[in-house]
Order: sequence, then C-alpha cells, then structure tokens
Amino acid sequence: MSVALDDRPTNASGHGRLLVLALTWLAPAIVAAAFLWLIGDVVLRGIGGVDWNFIVDVPRNAGRAGGIAPIIVSTFLVILVCVAVAVPLSLFAALFLAEFSRASVPMSRIIRLSLNCLAAVPSIVFGIFGNALFCVALGMGYSILSGGLTLACMVLPILIRTMENAIRAVPEDYRLGAAALGLSKSQVIIRVILPLSIPGLLVGLLLGVGRALAETAALVFTSGYVDRMPSSLLDSGRTLSIHILDLSMNVAGGDKNAYASVLVLGVLILVINSGIAALLFFSKRRSGLTS
Amino acid sequence: MAPLDVTSDSIFWRVNDLTVSYGKALALSSVSIDIRKTGVTAIIGPSGCGKSSFLCCLNRLSEMIPGCCVSGRIEIQRENILATRFDSTSLRRRVGLIFQKPNPFPMSIRRNLELPLREHGMRDSREVDSTITRCLTEVGLWSEVKDRLDAPALSLSGGQQQRLCIARALVLKPDALLMDEPCSALDPVSTAVVESLIQSLSKNYTIVMVTHNLRQARRLGSDVAFFWMRDGAGMLIEAGSSDQIFNSPRHELTQRYVLGQVA
Ligand SMILES: Nc1ncnc2c1ncn2[C@@H]1O[C@H](COP(=O)(O)OP(=O)(O)OP(=O)(O)O)[C@@H](O)[C@H]1O
Ligand SMILES: [Mg+2]
Repeated sequence: MSVALDDRPTNASGHGRLLVLALTWLAPAIVAAAFLWLIGDVVLRGIGGVDWNFIVDVPRNAGRAGGIAPIIVSTFLVILVCVAVAVPLSLFAALFLAEFSRASVPMSRIIRLSLNCLAAVPSIVFGIFGNALFCVALGMGYSILSGGLTLACMVLPILIRTMENAIRAVPEDYRLGAAALGLSKSQVIIRVILPLSIPGLLVGLLLGVGRALAETAALVFTSGYVDRMPSSLLDSGRTLSIHILDLSMNVAGGDKNAYASVLVLGVLILVINSGIAALLFFSKRRSGLTS
Repeated sequence: MAPLDVTSDSIFWRVNDLTVSYGKALALSSVSIDIRKTGVTAIIGPSGCGKSSFLCCLNRLSEMIPGCCVSGRIEIQRENILATRFDSTSLRRRVGLIFQKPNPFPMSIRRNLELPLREHGMRDSREVDSTITRCLTEVGLWSEVKDRLDAPALSLSGGQQQRLCIARALVLKPDALLMDEPCSALDPVSTAVVESLIQSLSKNYTIVMVTHNLRQARRLGSDVAFFWMRDGAGMLIEAGSSDQIFNSPRHELTQRYVLGQVA
C-alpha cells in the first residue's frame, strides 16, 4: 500500500473512482433490471394465455380467441425460405470477399461499401422494395415466398459480414499448413477453412435468424396478414411478429393473446439460441479450442 | 557461387539466380545453390536475411504469400518448378514443409493425418489406418498417442504437436522435407527428441532445415548454407559441407558468424 504525500488530489481522484465504480455497477444493474422487467411482464401476462390449445388451434374472432397454429407454421416457413436463400448466397459472397479478393481490390471495396449501405436501410424500405419486386414484378403476390425472399435480402448484409469475419478469423497458419500438404485451393477451403469457421458461421446464422424472426415492417407488404393455415409457399401467411402487431394495434381486446404470442416468440428465440449455442459448444470441444 | 562438388543426379534442387521480393522490397537477391539429395542441408544466417523466403520457394508456397514475387530458376530433375505450368500442388505433396510454430489443425489427432491422405485419394480405411500408424511410429509418437487418437491435436504438448506435424507431412510419402526452425518453439527436451528424429529421417528423406542454432546446424547438417543481409536484401554468402563451413570457411564473414563474432 503506498501512501500519497499530498492527499487532496488523491481525495479528488478517490471521489472520481467512486463515481466510476458506482456507474459501472449502476449501468449493468439498470440494463439487467429493464431486461428482467420485460421478461417478467411478458411471462406474467402471457403465461395465462398459453396452453396446448393455443399452440394447436387456429385463431378465432380476429385472434382474440383460439390459437396461433397457422401463424407458427407461417413463421417457420418464412424463416426457412429466408435461410435457404440467404445462407448459401452469403456463404459464397463471404468466401469471395475473404478468400478470392484482396481487400484493396475495387470490386471488393464496392461490395463492402454497398453492404454497409444495405445494412443501414430501414426494414420498411425493404418491405416496399420486396413488394415491388417479388409481389408485383415477379408475380408472387402476397406470399410466404415473397416475405422470405424479402427477409433474405434484408439479412444478407449482416450474414455476409459476420461470415466474412468468421472466415478471415481462421489463422493464416492453417491455410499455409493445408496448402503445404499439396491441397488445392478448393480443398483447403472445403476441408480446412470452412470446418474451422463453423462457430463463427453459426453466430452469423443466429444473428440473421434473430433479425428475421423479429421483423415486421418488411413483411407487412410482402407475406401479408392472412391468418389461415398456408397450403403452399405461394399462400399469404402471417408471422408471429405481425400477429403481435395486429393484435395489439388493430384488435380491441387482443391484448391477452398478443402477450401469449410474445411469450411463444420469446421461447422460440430462446430455443434457437440454445440450439446454436449447443452446436457451438460441441464443435469447439471437438476441435480442442477452449471450451 | 561455386556449386558443390557433386554429380548431377545426386542433386535434388538446382537453384539458379533466385530472387524474391515482397512488393518493392527485395528480400533475397540472386541465390544460386545446389541442394543434395542425401543428408541435411542446414541454412543459417541472421534474422531477416531471407531464409524462410528461400525455403518457401523450394515448394512454391511462396505463391500463397500476398505480394511475394519470385524470379529465377529452381530445377528438380531438370524441370523448372517455378514455371507457371508446373503443378505446384503435386510438388508440395512431394516436398513437405514443417513450420516454425507447430500448426496441427484444431481437429483430432487422427483427422490431422487422415485429411491429407483422403484428399489425395486414399479411400481404403485400413490403408489409411496403417499409414497413420506407420507415420506416428516413424516420428516416435505412436506409443504416446495410440490410446487417444481421437483427442484434439491441440491437447498435445508443443513438442508432440511438432512431431505430429512432421507425421502429417510424412503420410504423403514425400521425397523431401523443408523445416523452418522446427525446434525454436520447443523446450530443450523436446528439441533433443525432434533433433534425433530429424537425424533418423535424414536417412530416407532430403531435408533442408533453417536454424538459428549454430550447434544444431553443426550436429545435424551435412551441408550448410550461410545467408547474410546486405543493403536490406538477403543473399547467399557461401555453401559447402558442414566441415568446410565451420572449420575452413572461404569468407571472412562466415568465419566471424560461425565463431559468434557478429551480432
Ligand atoms: N509476407 C511478407 N510480406 C512482406 N515482407 C516480408 C514477408 N515475409 C518476409 N518479408 C521480408 O522479407 C525479408 C526476409 O524475411 P524472411 O522471413 O525470409 O527472413 P528469415 O531469414 O526467415 O528471418 P528469421 O530468421 O527472423 O525467420 C525480411 O526483410 C522480411 O521483412
Ligand atoms: Mg524465418
């Protein structure tokens, strides 16, 4: 313990330290409290409305009664279309950016710039764009397909960027090591780089799916409001977030089922998160990188 | 540079006027040397004089390094391996490279060895297994890891990892091994193990080894090449048998370096 000769500055900085200390505890406490309040509110108000029937029944009386079965199905289908289109596209784009083009090449700079711009575009704009392109120009109408494709465009930037980072994060040692074994560039990518970047790719997927699940504005004009059970991807379908929006904004007396739907959406996100976290854990343990 | 006094079919690499630069910076200027098939050729010289750059040219890994530009001629069996139409992946299959820092893939021990085999077309699982056993035995790792082949390679010690990397190069039945300071990241005990491994491998493989350790070069090297840096560019000062370089060097610089009289 050192003793300061002049105790005034020490005192002052002591107060400063105390303040910083208080703030560093206060800020996370506020965040945690807000989070707990949110969760608590949703669980308390929603839990009463959620039972088996709510999951398997169709909505009745504009959603005030009945369940959300078709809405869960539509949500899954929209996400499925989005992931099926966006993931392969992003993976190849990320591979191109990370492996086949130098960061300084104009082509990849243009791509990066446009991705950054796209990432900043508000989702309602994607909705209008998706409506014009998929619903009208390509004649898909209000449909799950249109909605999923619109979401795919929307999550593309975030997916590409996280995937590019994941691929770049594979240390150069492994690239050179694999090449030194006489593997061709494509073998190096398929056998070494992609397997080693799986954790990062999964994180990207998680962010993308999370963003897609939460999306409403981009879907209002593309996948639409229809709350019937979809029979094909060309049917309109209402996702959970749109259902919640509709119940709370447009349907008097829809609050109870709105909360119940929020709870279901929350659980869904939690399940997807834990699933991907489990995958991450196992893939890291297998590779022997830190648990 | 006077070529070593040997007949041509005992030469593995015939390097002629090799120049390496990174962007505009010259890293190695006009190196000519013959590297013999038998024994260990040790490359010594101060840091930054282009030893690693030289090594990477011998299996053309240099083309993987951004900005690296190589000119000159390197012949293996009269064929110029620097020619663009020369198949560099099959060259790397014949010439293994061991890195300074052990770099096993973060996969299981077995997968590390299986991966190159499978990628080069070995389908039969029994053949794969027996090759893995043979190579792990060759590097003296078999008894240490035979019960944990499915454990992560990164759970091995540094010395074991380096031997695993050597085994990984050996599964492809190469003719030659390039080693870039293979012991510099290892403790003295592991170093001794790897050194004796190199000694025994040198009976069957052509080995070129970069080392900062002069005693190691003297112990292991049958030939020694001394690199130096002048005006920011690396160059070969002289090459010859270990005995000649250490006991009767032609250049005063070599003399001073091997006696430890230059920084
Ligand atoms: N990837 C690279 N990009 C740019 N310059 C490089 C690169 N690798 C090496 N150099 C430069 O080339 C010169 C030779 O480097 P090299 O690594 O071949 O030296 P070295 O003799 O192996 O040194 P050390 O003993 O420290 O390993 C150095 O001046 C270095 O700065
Ligand atoms: Mg080096």
